[in-house]
Amino acid sequence: MSDQTLIQVEQLTRFYGSHRAVDDLSFEVRRGEVLGFLGPNGAGKSTTMRMITGNLAPHHGRITINGIDILDQPKAAKAEIGYLPEQPPLYRELTVDEYLQFCARLNRITRSKQSQAIGSVKDRCGLGDVGGRLIGNLSKGYQQRVGIAQAIIHSPAVVVLDEPTVGLDPIQIRQIRHLIRELGGEHSVILSTHILPEVQATCDHVQIIHQGKLVLRDSIEGLAQRMQTSSLMVRLGRPANQDSILSINGVSAVDELENGCLRIHHDPETNPAAAIAHTAVTQGWELLELTPEKRSLEEIFVDITTSETEANESTETAAA
Amino acid sequence: MIWTIAGRELRSLFLSPLAWVILAVVQGLCAYFFLLYVDLFMQLQPRIAALPNGPGITDIIVAPLYSTAATILLLIVPLITMRLVSEERRGQTLSLLISAPVSMTEIILGKFVGVFSFVLIMVLLIALMPLSLLTGGALDIGVWFSGLLGLILLLATFCSVGLFISTLTSQPTVAAIGSFGILLLLWILNLAGTTGGGSELFAYLSLLGHYQPLLQGNFSSADIIYYLLITGLCLILSVHRLDADRLQH
Repeated sequence: MSDQTLIQVEQLTRFYGSHRAVDDLSFEVRRGEVLGFLGPNGAGKSTTMRMITGNLAPHHGRITINGIDILDQPKAAKAEIGYLPEQPPLYRELTVDEYLQFCARLNRITRSKQSQAIGSVKDRCGLGDVGGRLIGNLSKGYQQRVGIAQAIIHSPAVVVLDEPTVGLDPIQIRQIRHLIRELGGEHSVILSTHILPEVQATCDHVQIIHQGKLVLRDSIEGLAQRMQTSSLMVRLGRPANQDSILSINGVSAVDELENGCLRIHHDPETNPAAAIAHTAVTQGWELLELTPEKRSLEEIFVDITTSETEANESTETAAA
Repeated sequence: MIWTIAGRELRSLFLSPLAWVILAVVQGLCAYFFLLYVDLFMQLQPRIAALPNGPGITDIIVAPLYSTAATILLLIVPLITMRLVSEERRGQTLSLLISAPVSMTEIILGKFVGVFSFVLIMVLLIALMPLSLLTGGALDIGVWFSGLLGLILLLATFCSVGLFISTLTSQPTVAAIGSFGILLLLWILNLAGTTGGGSELFAYLSLLGHYQPLLQGNFSSADIIYYLLITGLCLILSVHRLDADRLQH
């Protein structure tokens, strides 16, 4: 039950004119997973989400939601999806209660269960005391919560949230993140964002998409491992002989940085920290600092998505 | 599901001042014209009484009233239908309907039923006016009813054309001007038929040409089918247009 695949996307491709917005994208999400969808602006996150929710037709590929093909049986598949677009689809002239009631009816919740569904969803999204207020008069944070409430009112198997924490204050962001984690218990959640700590805080799988292509798909644990890079930062009081560092088993390269710092790259299998410390002491280099370096998610993200542009830029500056 | 969408549409209409203003203006104008026709009848009454088979109050008051109402509503209906889809596009609320387990046909029919119910409220208020004449005289209920039916069918056509134009754009004003232009063109298409000479096709396609017989109490199924066909066609086109949103670019 727990490893049931709820969303399956196969070879999804979508063009805008001749521009390939999403290119041969395949992935799957299992029940109970919270998948963070990362990518720079224009990477194809929203396009993918719109296709998963049936708002946009793909040019190629297949999307199945809980085993139902969204193109063949759109109605049955859509009943399993809750979707919060980038801009929450709110009727500003309705009150929160009226709006949620409309959503409940739209999602074919039977009349007898409607008020219960509305009550519980208001509870979960912290909308208890704004039920009678006009949506147009609510703050952005509350509007966002109404948007989330709308997406989960029919307890769909799959919840798709497009940048759910944009424009919220830090406290609201924490509440929403907590809510998303909670949703992950019984639903599958796909969440797109540019905010990297958000992914670390809420998701258990990460997917980075760049120029329409999937460039990374890993679990949060796998990502943590990627963050442990194979380099050490060493600060010495006296200049060191680089050759003798390079001769240490496992060291592959040494970069000289400012203030007597050295970055020592090593093979991932061996950790030369002890050997370096020993050499530093015997050679009298005055070892001041020795830290294994950790890359942040941001660095991985930047690394993956901008490696090409960066390479170009660095050659340009070198030429100048 | 259609009723849910229609109900939301109607509720949103009445939550904006637009609906109330439209109801008041249309009712005020129609009442004014109604009084004018009643006045006209009072002036003509002595002469009509002398005629052996002269026109009655239904011919002098009811038919012109319906005809005037149709002209007024030709201007008004585009303003009601303009926001149907275009405003949802603009506010990006359309994705709520599209992501819900609802078919495009249900969305379009829901919107049509919603706006058409509003128009029916107006028509009902207008149709009640001549009924007040029953207190002082006899009315040809058959003609009254056939005219009412004509007006309702005509307005169904107006609504469906407006709805279709609204699906084409994300700017309500553009939708309003577009549907007004098309409706006016369809309305006066018979002018080309009469002045151009020989071109009876245009005359036949005119909205007005099929309305007048109904006002006079000539109930012809061809006229009714004409209105139903145009309404149906516009609704089908709207469904396709909305569906094409997913495919476009």
